[in-house]
Amino acid sequence: MSETLSGADMLVRALQDEGVEYLFGYPGGAALHIYDAIFKQQKVEHILVRHEQAATHMADGYARATGKPGVVLVTSGPGATNAITGIATAYMDSTPLIVISGQVPTSQIGTDAFQETDMVGVSRPVVKHSFLIRDCAEIPRTIKTAFHLATTGRPGPVVIDVPKDTTDPDITAPYDYPESIRLRSYKPAKRGNGRQLRKAAKALVEAERPIIYSGGGVVQGDAGPALTRLAHRLGAPVTNTLMGLGAFPGDDPQFIGMLGMHGTYEANMAMHHADLIFAVGARFDDRVTNNPDKFCPDARIIHVDVDPTSISKIISADIPIVGDALSVLEELDALLETELAGHSERPGAAASKAWWGQICEWRDAYGLDHVMKPREDGVILPQQVIQSLYRATKGNAYVTSDVGQHQMFAAQYYKFPEGRRWINSGGLGTMGFGLPAAMGVQFAYPQATVACVTGEGSFMMNMQELSTCLQYGLPIKIVCVNNQALGMVKQWQDMQYSGRHSESTYSDSLPDFKTLVEAFGHVGFRIDHTSDLDAAMDEAFSAKLKDKVVFVDVWVDPDEHVYPMAIKGGSMRDMYLNKITTSQQGDYM
Amino acid sequence: MSRRVLAVLLENEPGALSRVVGLFAQRNYNIETLTVAPTEDATLSRVTLSTDGSDEKIEQITKHLNRLVDVVKVLDLHEAACVERELMFVKINAQGPDRAEVKRTCDIFRGQIVDVTATAYTVQLTGESRKLDAFIRALDRSAIIEVVRSGVSGISRGEKVLSA
Repeated sequence: MSETLSGADMLVRALQDEGVEYLFGYPGGAALHIYDAIFKQQKVEHILVRHEQAATHMADGYARATGKPGVVLVTSGPGATNAITGIATAYMDSTPLIVISGQVPTSQIGTDAFQETDMVGVSRPVVKHSFLIRDCAEIPRTIKTAFHLATTGRPGPVVIDVPKDTTDPDITAPYDYPESIRLRSYKPAKRGNGRQLRKAAKALVEAERPIIYSGGGVVQGDAGPALTRLAHRLGAPVTNTLMGLGAFPGDDPQFIGMLGMHGTYEANMAMHHADLIFAVGARFDDRVTNNPDKFCPDARIIHVDVDPTSISKIISADIPIVGDALSVLEELDALLETELAGHSERPGAAASKAWWGQICEWRDAYGLDHVMKPREDGVILPQQVIQSLYRATKGNAYVTSDVGQHQMFAAQYYKFPEGRRWINSGGLGTMGFGLPAAMGVQFAYPQATVACVTGEGSFMMNMQELSTCLQYGLPIKIVCVNNQALGMVKQWQDMQYSGRHSESTYSDSLPDFKTLVEAFGHVGFRIDHTSDLDAAMDEAFSAKLKDKVVFVDVWVDPDEHVYPMAIKGGSMRDMYLNKITTSQQGDYM
Repeated sequence: MSRRVLAVLLENEPGALSRVVGLFAQRNYNIETLTVAPTEDATLSRVTLSTDGSDEKIEQITKHLNRLVDVVKVLDLHEAACVERELMFVKINAQGPDRAEVKRTCDIFRGQIVDVTATAYTVQLTGESRKLDAFIRALDRSAIIEVVRSGVSGISRGEKVLSA
């Protein structure tokens, strides 16, 4: 005999049965039956945020750091709509999220009732799937299905909209939590096609100028070690997308940096001149390819992705492989091992030596070290902030970021040792993501060092969560690259609008962040001279302040730009290298 | 660019159709016609939609449809031989000497007059979309009072089936 429970109790019980540790949320009328059920138990800890957007980012940060789904609970109407930005953020970066939203009672749906929003409708374009509960008896199976969908195949957010009457404490139904779910309409790919894998293996061993281009799918699929083994076997250069950083160790000699709009010179040049691109868990995003018509003219393309829609969406693949990154990389590595057995080196190896020589030349000419020119007057460059952070944390921190110049600098200059260490909003580019995401990471790993690299613009989009940090004792270290402006906007205005800084500066009205964070019960420093940078960073990460939120407000050169930067409309080799030099050559445009 | 007809088996759930339609809007794909009804299995609906685009675009549409959790199967009916039909009603001004002409045109196209008033005929016509277009062209435009078309429905010829 199964137990009989109310919808609200079933919902919370199902979360317990899924092993959910934290529920990030904010109460309101339509969700109150559920909140009452939460009150009566201890297994699932509810985290009270200060804004629903932050709840979704916290759950997202938790999910990205652990690989487990993040779970959110919000009320109807504004609670639900406030969650949308976070849901869209998770959707664009394919993170597993379960968002439970309260809804007005079934009888009031469609009547423009108080705090009514068609959540299933509003969220439709930014969810993997969604459900509207019609009867409390549906709750256990729906929750099981939602977790199954969110976490398998290409992960993504799933919304469950729960009308208040279906959680009524007086209406009960039998509770049976399904062991597993089979859906006739949903069968995510697992293993790659054998024939395609063999074709890919052959192409890889024969390539003369190969490059491995790996993305967020490798991080999500926990396939970093498998990728690293394969890359070492081939000896090929590896570039990571913004979302893929860490999947291949940032300090490995075969790593040539991030690629794309603000990728390294050597990574973008190597992509453009490659004869074989092995793309895995990456989606040829416009921020990577630049102009698709001019994309890597000599390259054959192997494209591995768990989502068939990503393949040949932007760039047509020569060898498409639909499959899970881990499974495909392991099978491919085994094939390579067999293929190479008995050979002292792979057929393309001789040519590859020249290829590496070329890549090193590119790196020596215009690598990141060349791009940054430290100033002699003590003004801090934003890149130096990241270098100092890397040094102070010995490369071992979980780093979240917001969106803008500081995000690009962090991606360029922090060398991540493994996947799930670098957490940022790559696809949607959501300002305000960094702090709550860092909090989600800290909940997952209370002992870990968690740094949020932010800018003063992004930080002010979700700074109310400083209060939540105090409530739950989350000792996030916030490194604010303060350039007194919306730096990336300003950079584009410098480069494309003759320096007309339309609505991108506000230096007269910035708060004193030190006093601001102190008002929230935290510790703040402000520094503006290179001679203080390392000391401040060391103090922020010192044992003395281990249990405190520390906000390091670093005033940097407001005129610094992020370089390299892709030249719009060009190929991957077309870049601005600094304020006066471009890489343009030959047949550009 | 070519016109294509896709048959989609869909879970017969609330909101399922809106996901299909939403996908087309969201990805900037065009829907020319759309028909939907439950199948003999009440848990499944069958959608037939016609769209246009290059082979690459149709492939993307098919893949995106398949990605929707409610979509059980997708078939591009034009991949092999198929039967396509569309139903149309046309209300036509039929007065004086034109009345007989309307009747004759209707007979040529094997239409049926399903409603008659002193001044108008309502004609029912089934066939491939081209045939319905031709019928409209054959009529005096000023005589057409109202047109309603069902959109295309289709099924593969031979042994090929679309089933869950």
